Amino acid sequence: MAVTNNVARGKIKSIGAAQSPLLGAAMFSPAVLYIVLLVGGPFLLAIFYAFSDARIGNTEMHYVGLENFRSILQSPSFHVALRNSLIFTICSQIVVIVGANILAISLENTFRGRGLIRFLILLPWVAPIALGAIGWKWILDSIYSVITWVLVAAHIYKPFSAPMWLGEPSLAIASVLLVHSWRLMPFSTVILLAGRTAIPKDIPEAAAVDGAGFWRTQLQIVIPMMRPIISVAVLFGLIFTFTDMTVVYILTAGGPFDSTQTLPSLAFAFGIQGSDLAAGAAVSLFLVPVLVIIAYFMLRVAHRAEVN
Amino acid sequence: MAVVQTRDLTKVFKEGQLGAVNNVNLETREGEFLVFLGPSGSGKTTLLRMIAGLETPTSGDILIGGKVVNNLSPRDRRIAMVFQSYALYPHLSVYKNIAFPLRAQNVKKELHKAKVEWAASLLGIGALLDRKPRELSGGERQRVALARAIVREPAVFLLDEPLSNLDAKLRASAREELERFHRGVGTTSIYVTHDQVEAMAMGDRVMVLNKGVVHQLGTPTEVYDNPADTFVATFLGSPPMNLVEMGDVIVGFRPEHFRPGSATAGDSVKFRFKIENREYLGSEWIVSGTLVGGKFEGKKIFSRLGSAQDLRLDDTCDFVVPQRELKFFDRTTEKRVEPRGLSWQ
Repeated sequence: MAVTNNVARGKIKSIGAAQSPLLGAAMFSPAVLYIVLLVGGPFLLAIFYAFSDARIGNTEMHYVGLENFRSILQSPSFHVALRNSLIFTICSQIVVIVGANILAISLENTFRGRGLIRFLILLPWVAPIALGAIGWKWILDSIYSVITWVLVAAHIYKPFSAPMWLGEPSLAIASVLLVHSWRLMPFSTVILLAGRTAIPKDIPEAAAVDGAGFWRTQLQIVIPMMRPIISVAVLFGLIFTFTDMTVVYILTAGGPFDSTQTLPSLAFAFGIQGSDLAAGAAVSLFLVPVLVIIAYFMLRVAHRAEVN
Repeated sequence: MAVVQTRDLTKVFKEGQLGAVNNVNLETREGEFLVFLGPSGSGKTTLLRMIAGLETPTSGDILIGGKVVNNLSPRDRRIAMVFQSYALYPHLSVYKNIAFPLRAQNVKKELHKAKVEWAASLLGIGALLDRKPRELSGGERQRVALARAIVREPAVFLLDEPLSNLDAKLRASAREELERFHRGVGTTSIYVTHDQVEAMAMGDRVMVLNKGVVHQLGTPTEVYDNPADTFVATFLGSPPMNLVEMGDVIVGFRPEHFRPGSATAGDSVKFRFKIENREYLGSEWIVSGTLVGGKFEGKKIFSRLGSAQDLRLDDTCDFVVPQRELKFFDRTTEKRVEPRGLSWQ
């Protein structure tokens, strides 16, 4: 039995060895092609444009060196956009991780209707982001807002003096932040729930017997044990939020007065709406260093998971 | 140190179903090593978890040190528990694992180091304090779990099959270590196991459970020599007690009392025994076969002998059991009854 096994294995190995260079390349090429055409090409094009004076509708193009970067760095709207991108990304992750932990803890134990609640929580994730954002646009609308209506009906605000959720810079920033958090919460909740169920039941029980209360068990035992899975949720969330322009574009289009502009939406405003492809390309290149750092940490988490 | 008592303790997991634990009344003695022994699903772990406060009783009371603790959380019961999986905190070093109960109970920080070192030295793991649990062997993990349990000097120790994850060789030495450890600290301990050897070797007393019901609570000698019913008789001992039915009683005798010989001594019972299998186990032989003739034709019986070289397979020989080694059980209740004279032929 052992002998035939070895023979069979040897055969498979030799067939595999003969075919592997071609077969391997063939299996691999769609992924390479995809990345080269849809990621690598545009990326190189963006670098190329960023050092030129390319404009929409103009066939001529000249090398201008760092001119685009210089002018962008002096532009106040770029500073606002950079600040907003960081605020939205970091704050929404804080909100999401705290909220997702609370949701995961409350959804961990079985109770009547848990399936329904899990389904409802997952809905924002499965719905198209544009539809969700449009829904929020109505919820936060200056005239038709249901939030305003409730506040007025509860006599907290008088009609016509109610806050303009998307019309005042600070409220608009808060609103965009809220929608980003709403959008990411389901994803993180599902990841954290999976992480939580992976912890053997004995461990929190041992902590309870050892004398730890709810908070100590969560903060010193369960959450530290979930660190790898939490970092996965955070890293994905960072990328989703940092590169997203749908939410801002639909809710505020960057307004009022560019106060909610982010790097992707500013690149779109400069490059496509303003026809200044070069400036748009230069703005979008500022995403790269941040994304490289996040990618590095993602690879590290993946590597650790492989080692363990 | 404290005494653990239960009064009519019952746990029903699903309404309308049989209870996992049914009306258990027990009382440990001060500093005793009490073993809950039973097959899997017998409710022994559920019973232990109720005492620990990890499971809420459906009815009945639990008392620790004379106080009803039903509504106290595990942290307020002054118990320590060693889990089957050890449940060490994987992200903490051995030192921090052992110190965790101290932190959780708000013991002054200055005392931690001395207490952790005391517990670690008691179990001989002083050199491992900087390691993480994943860097330890099974035996070392078990000792860390014990050190974590002892460090805050609990009133009661609860141990849930702590040896079942060790290999056979390590288990024997760990068992001995546990016994020495218990003698050293003298804390009342409750130990759950399905392994009768562990139960007999370690227990001051053994409580035999099946299907959530206590069948017998007694010293190892009592439960082995004077089983309260046929379940205890067949659960303890390997091979188990031989049982033969005689009218309205069941008669039992241990394999070691069923040996070859002629019934010259007047107070022995004679059987004709056909040998069907012999197993050599080094220090002893297990011989199995069937009874021949009489009322017990074909009944399967085990014998445990020091030597069985001269017994041949398929031979039929005379075997005897001393009269005083016969145990009698009622046929309907399966409970033990007084010995009585029977006509064997």
